[in-house]
Amino acid sequence: MTEKLVIIGNGMAPGRMLEHLLEKASDRYEVTIFNAEPRVNYDRIMLSPVLSGEKDYEEIIIHGDGWYIKHGITLYKGHKIIAIDRAGKTVTSDHGVTEPYDKLVIATGSVPFIIPVPGHNLPGVLTYRDLDDVRAMMLAAQSRAKAVVIGGGLLGLEAAAGLNAQGMDVTVLHVMPTLMERQLDPAAGYLLQRAVEQRGIKVITKANTQAITGNGKVEQVELADGTVIPATLVVMAVGIRPNAALAKEAGIAANRGIVVDAGMRSNDPDIYALGECAEVNGMVYGLVAPLYEMARVAASQLAGDETAAFVHSDTPTKLKVTGIELFSLGDFADGDDRQEIVLRDASAGVYKRLVLKDDRIIGTVLYGETADGAWFNDLKKKQTDISPMRDTLIFGQSYQGGAPLDPMAAVAALPDDAEICGCNGVCKSKITGAITAKGLTSLDDVRAHTKASASCGSCTGLVEKLMVLTLGDTYNPAAVQPMCGCTTLGHDEVRRLIKAKHLKTIPAVMQELEWATSCGCAKCRPALNYYLVCDWPDDYADDYQSRFINERVHANIQKDGTYSVVPRMWGGVTNAAELRAIADVVDKFEIPMVKVTGGQRIDMLGIRKEDLPAVWADLGQAGFVSGHAYAKGLRTVKTCVGSDWCRFGTQDSTGLGIRIEKFMWGSWTPAKVKMAVSGCPRNCAEATCKDVGVICVDSGYEIHFAGAAGLDIKGTEVLGLVRTEDEALEHIVALTQMYREQGRYLERIYKWAKRIGIPEIKRQIMDDDAKRKAYFDRFVFSQKFAQVDPWSERVSGKDKHEFRPMATVGFAQAAE
Amino acid sequence: MNWIAIGSLSDIPRRGARCVDTPEGKIAIFRTADDQVYAIEDHCPHKGGPLSQGIVHGTAVTCPLHNWVISLETGRALGADEGAVRTIPVRVEGERLFIALEALASRAA
Repeated sequence: MTEKLVIIGNGMAPGRMLEHLLEKASDRYEVTIFNAEPRVNYDRIMLSPVLSGEKDYEEIIIHGDGWYIKHGITLYKGHKIIAIDRAGKTVTSDHGVTEPYDKLVIATGSVPFIIPVPGHNLPGVLTYRDLDDVRAMMLAAQSRAKAVVIGGGLLGLEAAAGLNAQGMDVTVLHVMPTLMERQLDPAAGYLLQRAVEQRGIKVITKANTQAITGNGKVEQVELADGTVIPATLVVMAVGIRPNAALAKEAGIAANRGIVVDAGMRSNDPDIYALGECAEVNGMVYGLVAPLYEMARVAASQLAGDETAAFVHSDTPTKLKVTGIELFSLGDFADGDDRQEIVLRDASAGVYKRLVLKDDRIIGTVLYGETADGAWFNDLKKKQTDISPMRDTLIFGQSYQGGAPLDPMAAVAALPDDAEICGCNGVCKSKITGAITAKGLTSLDDVRAHTKASASCGSCTGLVEKLMVLTLGDTYNPAAVQPMCGCTTLGHDEVRRLIKAKHLKTIPAVMQELEWATSCGCAKCRPALNYYLVCDWPDDYADDYQSRFINERVHANIQKDGTYSVVPRMWGGVTNAAELRAIADVVDKFEIPMVKVTGGQRIDMLGIRKEDLPAVWADLGQAGFVSGHAYAKGLRTVKTCVGSDWCRFGTQDSTGLGIRIEKFMWGSWTPAKVKMAVSGCPRNCAEATCKDVGVICVDSGYEIHFAGAAGLDIKGTEVLGLVRTEDEALEHIVALTQMYREQGRYLERIYKWAKRIGIPEIKRQIMDDDAKRKAYFDRFVFSQKFAQVDPWSERVSGKDKHEFRPMATVGFAQAAE
Repeated sequence: MNWIAIGSLSDIPRRGARCVDTPEGKIAIFRTADDQVYAIEDHCPHKGGPLSQGIVHGTAVTCPLHNWVISLETGRALGADEGAVRTIPVRVEGERLFIALEALASRAA
């Protein structure tokens, strides 16, 4: 014979209990439900999406009318139970229905807490508990007026986001200093507040509500500090308390909630309680996971399994506001016996914190990226000793391979679509696929084919690990050429770290990057000096002792220890006065050799070092400046005579050449830069084997780069065609700056371009206007510090010691 | 020994060198990063490059012509290269620097 089971309340907990019970003992009970709400069982957690308009009520129904009919359950909608007669074992509803029971389940849930401030009962003050509240709020929102939500916890923020989505002007008042302080630490609370505010919701923390005032309806909210906030709708979302009133009246034991044992049984053996109204082991619960656990236990008990018992577990909190990812679990207060692992990514708005005690996770806060919440929850639940994977724990499950300490395993465990190179958007499978399909064996090849790590280079380590995984022993990551014997780091890594770590002196680089020698060597010091000059033009003090002698004394050392001097002749153009001055200097200092260079200027060879300042002084008088013929920097801009003279010339190639040279002289580059401008495709200035060349055509200026006519012979690549001289200058300058920032010391443009890839350079300089402009601006900024004529500085006395012997001794003794 | 004053420590930049003209040719006086002072012939054993113009690192100098690395302490070429340059005794008294000319004189004799 069936027993009569009566359930008071039709929320999610009794609904779940019934599902379990129907599975375990479908015929044992004749079930009757009294629901004070006039509706079926729906998913209360999804009220927020209903409020924001993302879902309809129909979509959140758990058990429709048909379900009750199918299972023979009697549901009294809109019937509130007003009395329990324990002696007679009956319940009576406010509509006068009296129902006998053999077993009674009380699931009356909770009631929202109302702050008893003056005006709390004015029309327009709502709580956020059920569908009726949501409908009332949606109605109020139609006025598009102002709403105040009191309470910056989970519920309050969801209500605020919903009202905001409905078009209301929303202010959240929260009495504590940070939002959701029970679930979030202050750092995550801050990020949350920022995200909430970015949606246009105002947040006032430490807000103590004093009164709600208005004439017959809500008009404003007053705070203790005197602030007055106009509002036509006030939502109280400051918390809930278990609804145990009915049980208390019936003499059932209750504290905060109805006291039940681990089997969900009250002190009356025929009466059970579960859900938010129940108190187990002194705890009451408001989140769905423990409530569902109660439902499972109660169903088992009702089905006859008396061993079923509720066990407490922490439940993760998630905020259901679209676009805000937030996860909180367990205990995350600081403490002496606790350690924490924190990961912050400010630009991505990610904050992760794990609180550990005795190598176990006891608390987790994830903000911005919560995918690993479940995994952390699992580790916490199982009390897993995390010490073997501590180093990579915070990065989440996908970084934990079979051997958690092995970083190689972490890379191996990455999914195929994991992004490896953020700059170029290259994922793991694209890299491993290219390595296999194209038989790539070097990092440079991988960069050339996939672009991975070809831009900022910060993912180089990851790419190399992928190469090892794909190629096995055939790839040796040590094959990355170190800069020199002083370090194991390659040029790219050093350049990246100089920027990333803000290293602004050579000693700082050597200290931070763990140089093996005390002050470097003749290979690394000039390279570091260049990188620092390039990266910190305003901050870095050029270290002359780290420059080659040519750049230190601004002349070219010759095999006999004398020097050669090449003054600048802008665009290769000169005149009688300049030539006369050169002739005079040659006579005066008995210069043994004068030669015209390949770069269209005049070289004076065989000058004694101590004569250099005087030679420069005379040349300076005639208006000459250094031609930087010795520099890893801009050398010459060779030109033809162009449209001014030549019958084939299409543009003023001479003028453009001079303009480029005057704009760019003095700039330091990874290796020498030689340019040329030809006035027509006959190319008399030989622009198509230069580092950068321009071929003028009728329609504009064809910019070429990456040519070579030295150790290697190579025609240029075409960067692109631009219409005006201004554009030509901007593109050339931007290209040069890109090379300055990425090139390895002594690496000519053509080698750099091969490494980076011509299409990538075109993309950044020709197609990406913002990038080009940024390169251009950085070059211009750098020139403010670079365009100082080194010759006139030295004529004025700079570095005198370089040009004079320290002493002249011993001649007297030798003469004796 | 016949110590001849050649000037003071501050005449030479750290990690740099200055020359002293003598009847035997140029002598290069080096000052390291930690203020040790060395004197060697200013003449690379390889092709006679002026070592005083090279980059000073640790207690060595790299010749500006072909990058031989010469020990300032022994005058010997370091690494795979073979060759040596004469070292000259140096005395530092406070700031003041002296070199011993007997070496020059005896060689001249």
